[in-house]
Amino acid sequence: MSSLGSVAASTAQAGGVTGAEGAAVPRRRRTPYLLLLPGLLWLALFFAVPILALGSTSLQTRVPGAELGVYTQTFRWANFPDALREYSPQFARAFLYAGLATVLALAIGYPLAYAIALKAGRWKNLLLVLVIAPFFTSFILRTIAWRQVLADEGPVVGVLRALHLLGSTGSLTATNVAVVAGLTYNFLPFMTLPLYASLERMDPRLVEAAGDLYANGLTGFRRVTLPLSMPGVIAGTLLTFIPAAGDYVNAALLGNPGTTMIGNIIDSRFFRVVDYPTAAALSFLLMAAILALVFVYIRRAGTEELV
Amino acid sequence: MGTPGGGRELRLVGVTKAFGSFVAVDGVSLTVPQGSFFALLGPSGCGKTTTLRMVAGLERPTRGAIFLGDDDVTFTKPYQRPVNTVFQNYALFPHLDVGENVAFGLRRRGEKDVRRRVAEALDLVELGHLARRKPAQLSGGQQQRVALARAVVNRPDVLLLDEPLGALDLKLRRQMQIELKRIQTEVGLTFVHVTHDQEEAMTMADTIAVMNAGRIEQRGAPVELYESPASAYVANFLGQSNLLRATVSERAADRIRFEVGGQPLAMPAARCRCDGAEILAGVRPEKVRLTVEGRPAEGVDLNTLAGGIVTDASFTGVSTQFLVRLPWGQEVTVFAQNRGVGDVVGVGERVVLSWAPEHTFGLDGAQDPAAGAEVEEPVAVGAVG
Amino acid sequence: MTATVAPRRAAAVRPSTARRAARWLSEHLVAVFAAVAFAYLFVPIAYTVAFSFNDAGRSNLVWQGFTLDNWSNPCGAPDVCRALGNSIQIGLLATALATLLGTMVAFALARHRFRGRTATNLLIFLPMATPEVVLGASLLTLFLNLGVDPGFWTVVVAHVMFCISFVVVTVKARLAGLDPRLEQAAMDLYATEWQTFRRVTLPLAAPGILAAALLAFALSFDDFIITNFNSGSVTTFPKFVYVSAARGIPPQANVIGTAMFVLALAIVLAGQVLARARRRG
Repeated sequence: MSSLGSVAASTAQAGGVTGAEGAAVPRRRRTPYLLLLPGLLWLALFFAVPILALGSTSLQTRVPGAELGVYTQTFRWANFPDALREYSPQFARAFLYAGLATVLALAIGYPLAYAIALKAGRWKNLLLVLVIAPFFTSFILRTIAWRQVLADEGPVVGVLRALHLLGSTGSLTATNVAVVAGLTYNFLPFMTLPLYASLERMDPRLVEAAGDLYANGLTGFRRVTLPLSMPGVIAGTLLTFIPAAGDYVNAALLGNPGTTMIGNIIDSRFFRVVDYPTAAALSFLLMAAILALVFVYIRRAGTEELV
Repeated sequence: MGTPGGGRELRLVGVTKAFGSFVAVDGVSLTVPQGSFFALLGPSGCGKTTTLRMVAGLERPTRGAIFLGDDDVTFTKPYQRPVNTVFQNYALFPHLDVGENVAFGLRRRGEKDVRRRVAEALDLVELGHLARRKPAQLSGGQQQRVALARAVVNRPDVLLLDEPLGALDLKLRRQMQIELKRIQTEVGLTFVHVTHDQEEAMTMADTIAVMNAGRIEQRGAPVELYESPASAYVANFLGQSNLLRATVSERAADRIRFEVGGQPLAMPAARCRCDGAEILAGVRPEKVRLTVEGRPAEGVDLNTLAGGIVTDASFTGVSTQFLVRLPWGQEVTVFAQNRGVGDVVGVGERVVLSWAPEHTFGLDGAQDPAAGAEVEEPVAVGAVG
Repeated sequence: MTATVAPRRAAAVRPSTARRAARWLSEHLVAVFAAVAFAYLFVPIAYTVAFSFNDAGRSNLVWQGFTLDNWSNPCGAPDVCRALGNSIQIGLLATALATLLGTMVAFALARHRFRGRTATNLLIFLPMATPEVVLGASLLTLFLNLGVDPGFWTVVVAHVMFCISFVVVTVKARLAGLDPRLEQAAMDLYATEWQTFRRVTLPLAAPGILAAALLAFALSFDDFIITNFNSGSVTTFPKFVYVSAARGIPPQANVIGTAMFVLALAIVLAGQVLARARRRG
């Protein structure tokens, strides 16, 4: 789900979903419910119920003496603080890396979106395509390509060593820098497109008006453009941070055992150690933390803005 | 061509539309004779568009009934009614070309001879050569004509027009007004035209109904509404009026004498829709003459008001528009046609106003003399961010 | 920088090249930055494309020479084409189902009034806000509890689940931009509700539905995390690449990656050209 998905979603959201007025001719009552039923049923069965199943699993414990993977329901709420205590470093790391990646993506994505929206003229559409284009290749392939590019023999490390930003034996392979770099790269369009949509909607004459009222370029940006692009910034930040926090592919391919994020732990708890309750508890904690962030946003924007 | 003068009479009986607690249309009753050009005139939000939509079937009345001839069509679906609409923004189907747009209604009804009838309709609006174009490639005026052809081609009993000329510039609008009138008389359909432009209504319609806040204030021929308004609202909404607070001093069978600011005036009894002692005496600006104080007024038996001071004189070419402040502070408008004769009156001059008594109209004193005057439309601020 | 009024003999001072370059840079700062950002975006693509021509065996890590063999024999490496085949099949199935279900929901949201709108919006939105790890893990938990073995069909189910939300958002955006007066005009012109839908609403919504379908396919094809949790022994293309990352990714994978890139780019550009042509009539 790491490619075009949320990108288009956010563009659709931030891009201004305008509804035209005009009352509709009254419809038969049943129609909307029939239309909604299959889709919502699927989501209820395969999203809502699993989340509940996850919750239920998180309260289970190992059946003593049984084979691997057999658990029984004991309503052991202590699973949660236990999991949190043991894996708080990974949680912290996940949020730290995701936060850094989000900030970096904002730093790179905002000028990029600004350039396309306000300076590109008739090349706008082409440039937009070029922003999304790299993400037509497989996510995994891209990340592995970065691994090669950041390898010791590669050009990047060479340049950094020459500039003395990296020691003469310094390496980027399997480092946290590489992980953050990978996260930033992979989620860049999630940040750029909502920013673009927001900037594109802004009336450029507002900046001209600011200039007419004695604001120089920088002030005009700070007081007019920036505040007006805030919806895009918020959307982009959420759309970047949320998946980044749960990611484990970047950490697995570009990092080392010391850079594991919470996603890696959940994966390994499921498949390698077969410790379902802990994995489930961790998943729930991750989701809770992220949903807390999202609900803050919901209170500001309302649910219609989301979908 | 379809049956000349085809169609049936449209009748609304006590039609009401409420959206929750907001009553948009309040007990409207009117009859539109077959083959006439009927205008529903009023400011934004007065309920005229809602009324139109109920006739089209796009809204259901909360109460009341709508008849086409003898048929009760109040609750029939829009596609079951022989009524077609020209929408305000034209609502042309962007994915179909002009010819297919015009043919749409004919095809849905399974009519024969579609191609010929489409060509005929397009010729009527002089767009035959654009049949293959898409709506996006047409100018506003051309789109409007396609919308008209699309409706007319179906020869409906009633053709509804929802402010169709609103988006056109002035010159084009004037042109289209004449065109619409021509088409209506040529084809003989019944047109119901909704507009907020009183000049447009007066130019085109045989009958006008002025709507205000969901109700019909007055209904009649343009001349009737203009010269004998039934309320302050109609007096101010159609053209401009000077409404003076007056006290009746004598009511005779043929004449009513009254006083404005202490000065005696008169009007024919038939011209006053009033009962009590307090009335509003109205006179149109173009009916009033300005004479510099001291000079004799022309004409006999005129109403005169002395003691006015000119506060503004705007030369518009065709006429000069004066604002005259009367001794009690009220400002009165006078239009003086530019005939090249008579005194040149400047700002600050003391003048005497005079007009013929039969040009006066009288309204009940309880009315608000400002009703229907310039309404400030709320300015829509462009979407910011 | 003010031009000095030249005294008769001295020539006007000409700014040095460095000065001019600096000024050019500050005026075009944003454009320069954007150019650099684009270069950054394409680095891994360039690498992937380049190494698809690498004359390497299983381990595509070091450049060993240019060859077209990989392109002429894209299924050369074992399992690559099986993984690709699975990804395509899953993608088509998931796309068809998700587009159908999602479009129906979008129509309900955009064109009808009903109770429980907030709850519906929430249910549509939450999967998009949930980390993939949680989505994958929870679905696996469900399957395990039900005693269903993860495999091909569980992947399809999972993909449909997370694609529906994106389809809804895309189609709903398109529908919201559709002037409802067009549908009213159609009914005014004797089209019944069904005819209106078939002849006006659907043709006008089609581009949005198509975009949603393409989006769903792209999401499904490139998904790794959720697929990894719910596929058991079935391989998809991203899974294949990930697993072979340890041993060495065959150049054929690069070939497929490049091919998908070119194909997707072609489709998008074609769409743009078509849209412009249609607008011009």
